Amino acid sequence: MNIPQELKYSKDHEWVRIDGNRVTVGITDYAQAQLGDVVFVELPEPGTEVSTGAGFSVVESVKAVSDIYAPVSGTVLEVNEALADAPEIVNQSPYEDGWIVVIELADEAELDELLDSEAYEELLAEGGQ
Amino acid sequence: MPWSYLPHTEQDRKAMLAAIGVEKAEDLFTDIAPDLRLNRPLQLPVALAEPELVKHLTALAKANAHTQDYACFLGAGAYDHYIPSVVDHVLRRSEFYTAYTQYQPEISQGYLQALWEYQSMICQLTGMEVANASLYDGGTGLAEAAMMAASATGRKEFLVTQTLHPHYRAVLSTYAKDRGYGLTKIGYQDGLLDLEALQAKLNKNIAAILVQTPNFFGCIEDIQAAADLAHAQGALLITAVDPVSLGLLEAPGNLGADIVVGEGQSLGIPLSFGGPYLGFFATTEKLMRKMPGRIVGQTVDTDGKRSFVLTLQAREQHIRREKANSNICSNEALCALAAAVYLSTVGKTGFQQVAAQSLHKAHYAYQQLNRLPNCKEVFSAPFFKEFVVRLNQPVAAVNEKLLADHIIGGLDLETYYPELKQCMLLCVTENRSRQDIDLLIERLGAIG
Amino acid sequence: MSIKKSKELIFELSQAGRRAVDLPACDVPEATLESLIPARFLRKKPPSLPEVSQPDLMRHYTALSQRNFGVDSGFYPLGSCTMKYNPKVNEDAGRYPGFSLIHPLQPEATVQGALELLYNMEQYLAEISGMDAVTMQPVAGAHGELTGLKLIRAYHRQRGEQRTKVIVPDSAHGTNPATATVCGLETVEIKSHPDGSINLEALQAAVGPDTAALMLTNPSTLGLFESNIREIARIVHEAGGLLYYDGANANAIMGITRPGDMGFDVVHFNLHKTFSTPHGGGGPGSGPIGVKQELVPFLPVPVIVKDGGAYHLEQDRPLSIGKVHAFYGNFGVIVRAYAYIRAMGPDGLKQASEDAVLNANYCLSQLKDDFYAPFNRFCMHECIVTSKQQKQYGVRTLDIAKRLLDYGYHPPTIYFPLIVEEAMMIEPTETESKETLDAFIAAMRSIAEEAKTDAALITAAPQTTVVGRLDEALAARKPVVRWKE
Repeated sequence: MNIPQELKYSKDHEWVRIDGNRVTVGITDYAQAQLGDVVFVELPEPGTEVSTGAGFSVVESVKAVSDIYAPVSGTVLEVNEALADAPEIVNQSPYEDGWIVVIELADEAELDELLDSEAYEELLAEGGQ
Repeated sequence: MPWSYLPHTEQDRKAMLAAIGVEKAEDLFTDIAPDLRLNRPLQLPVALAEPELVKHLTALAKANAHTQDYACFLGAGAYDHYIPSVVDHVLRRSEFYTAYTQYQPEISQGYLQALWEYQSMICQLTGMEVANASLYDGGTGLAEAAMMAASATGRKEFLVTQTLHPHYRAVLSTYAKDRGYGLTKIGYQDGLLDLEALQAKLNKNIAAILVQTPNFFGCIEDIQAAADLAHAQGALLITAVDPVSLGLLEAPGNLGADIVVGEGQSLGIPLSFGGPYLGFFATTEKLMRKMPGRIVGQTVDTDGKRSFVLTLQAREQHIRREKANSNICSNEALCALAAAVYLSTVGKTGFQQVAAQSLHKAHYAYQQLNRLPNCKEVFSAPFFKEFVVRLNQPVAAVNEKLLADHIIGGLDLETYYPELKQCMLLCVTENRSRQDIDLLIERLGAIG
Repeated sequence: MSIKKSKELIFELSQAGRRAVDLPACDVPEATLESLIPARFLRKKPPSLPEVSQPDLMRHYTALSQRNFGVDSGFYPLGSCTMKYNPKVNEDAGRYPGFSLIHPLQPEATVQGALELLYNMEQYLAEISGMDAVTMQPVAGAHGELTGLKLIRAYHRQRGEQRTKVIVPDSAHGTNPATATVCGLETVEIKSHPDGSINLEALQAAVGPDTAALMLTNPSTLGLFESNIREIARIVHEAGGLLYYDGANANAIMGITRPGDMGFDVVHFNLHKTFSTPHGGGGPGSGPIGVKQELVPFLPVPVIVKDGGAYHLEQDRPLSIGKVHAFYGNFGVIVRAYAYIRAMGPDGLKQASEDAVLNANYCLSQLKDDFYAPFNRFCMHECIVTSKQQKQYGVRTLDIAKRLLDYGYHPPTIYFPLIVEEAMMIEPTETESKETLDAFIAAMRSIAEEAKTDAALITAAPQTTVVGRLDEALAARKPVVRWKE
């Protein structure tokens, strides 16, 4: 299971890449494997306000569906339009090309609440969620 | 006692119980505490052998007046169109009717393809981009459309035209109540929805306008105008249509409708006292992933062969559970199959012919009726196969007299519209002969 | 049915000028269309429907039927679906003109036979379920659930109570939580014991003044009878909630025990499961519901009443939840179920349930050495085994299901209930003979053997069907849902 060290993680299996007050959000390798073949990603409109723990996107696979919860609060700046035509990118490249949104952080302190790669690995070892 | 549907002999049962390791069937039910047992026979009529059963059922059936013996001028959401013989021959293929939902696509290709073809035909009729594999009926289809519109727009208010079938409005109201939807009535003028009132009530809180065309009175609504008004406020237009009318009338998809639903019973499905019927449902590609019900999609198998499979299942209750937008599971697949066979049987020209003959016969009857001194015109709007006339006495009394001549008369509109006293809603399909119509005119004239 | 080739679409068979039925010429004067309907309402282009001759049409649909598997084709042990035999005389009865050619809005006096049948059917189902009244209007199980929860809401509302939560166990059918949402209620999911039975502590913790109802399937979706049902009913009732019985598994209990006696307040039946009406490839079904006395005022309209020797449709019911269907439900399906009950009689129905339970336990007893059986006790009308023992060979439940197709069987329900890993739920029903079960058991054992010796045979299955495994991801990513000219 690929768990890059430089990323932060939520307990709901989202990852976060921090770049100043902009964070890129996607779902983890574990999450994509659990879902199976992703067939559709429902993307929010840029400008949407999101708050920590609230669903802002939905990822559908053939036999499952999963809400994507905002790991931090803020405003959606960009969405990954490429997923509209090729949702399978989420399976192929969950941490790079398969990113879902970029969020402008409302409160940097929230980042401290997230897990680092070791803590996330431990969470998975305990059986995930 | 042997029952022909139960194959086990007493010997079989004994052998199986022995293999399980118990003495008697009773031992398998130990989880059910004695005080929960019924401990007495069910109080039901004794079993009937097949010949007795046939006699009993035939007697019950004979206690009903049916359209083989009576000329039916009743419509109002259930129509006596001709059903070609081949339709039932296909439905009787038990590979179809004894099957379950197509969750194992490799052994369900036939049904999946038939349903995909059905979806394609519904798209052809309605001018929409996608259709599902059926809902329960026209009324619940309309309610499902409202729920979908609420989900798609994030709004909860609806404008409901009073020219919509009163039963559909009643079903909508049952569904809407517990979801906190607001339903605002829009009245009618000369048999058509009041467009000015509609415009006045429209605002940015409205999820959708619900319109029927031809409407409950048979009159043809201006869908385009309603769609333009709806879209200007970001609302959707939901249209209920009589599918047969689409042999002649412009497809709602070309007039701006966002969701098209309707009762598909006219397409090869018998009257059957109100069910099973067919809720058809079509929408745009943009709204496809909000659509309720099963959808068949085309794909390929491991060898790259064209094949079919239930798709976009992540919308449905068995996957989305409490987040699903609809709870539908079983649909009316066999009725959808009937509709597909019907539409393939009458075909492109036959379908137009059914619509045109219904139109001409209804207009012939209308003109003849209006010549009677005891029948008065009520609305002047253009109509398709149903129309309203005002009689000079209560509709129920007239209908009772017509029955004596083996005529099932029209609907008493006063039941639903108190202002339409002594008004009868009549329906004439292509299945009524001129002789039937002339007899109706003669008898109505004689009733005076 | 193993012609490995695509079947042409009906549209591909179409040739302009052909038709499959001849319609009579119009026998009334025909005015021009434009004189009757304004041109802007008229269609510019007719729908592109197929144009085929009658022989070609019959061959098309016959070919499609041969690419499909039904109960009449072979054994169909689909758990929770009760794929029992569909008696043929019932199919005839549904087509009697006196049933199939009657209009729902005809004067009551002209449909007394139909109303009598509906009325009697309500009485029969009330007796079978132990309830006080029944409505035949819901047309599917999920539609029955919707009607039932609306009745429950109306009941609480009438008592001035705001109860917004529906408790469902995590083993429930998806329709239960989905129905709660559609009825504007919130679902509270409680974790079941591993055997699917209700965890009484979890239930006690979940109930409260906001509990509208508990929805329960009994026998559970794991095919096991909920022995604590009386205690469960007590907990829910003491909290002021009502009990809803999902009748999906009622085939196990006819004449043996009754939901009404267990403490349930509302129950739905699936006539297309328990009462032998055909599934139709996904419908039409029928999902009548039964209720206890206190819920009767809220039943959907119209209600059939018997007045002396005559039957009436009563519309004026001020507390009714309203209409749930444009007319009176799936009458044609109800006729078939009525015929079934009359053919079986009280003893026959009980024997059917006993044989259904016998068949499931027989399958379980014969399969539990070769497949993992998670519950070591007698089951009701369906049993669960899993592919746990085959996992080591790289064989999963899906593969076993597909391999069963090669053996000529419809597979069991797979991956449900969700709380059992790699589940295969086998519901043989009472209409299968010992010989049929023995042959199926032999096929399952043979697959278990193949898993050890030639796992690739299983993971590459099916080989004998008209198509191989399908690319379901492609279908959902790039939906092609209609034919285009």
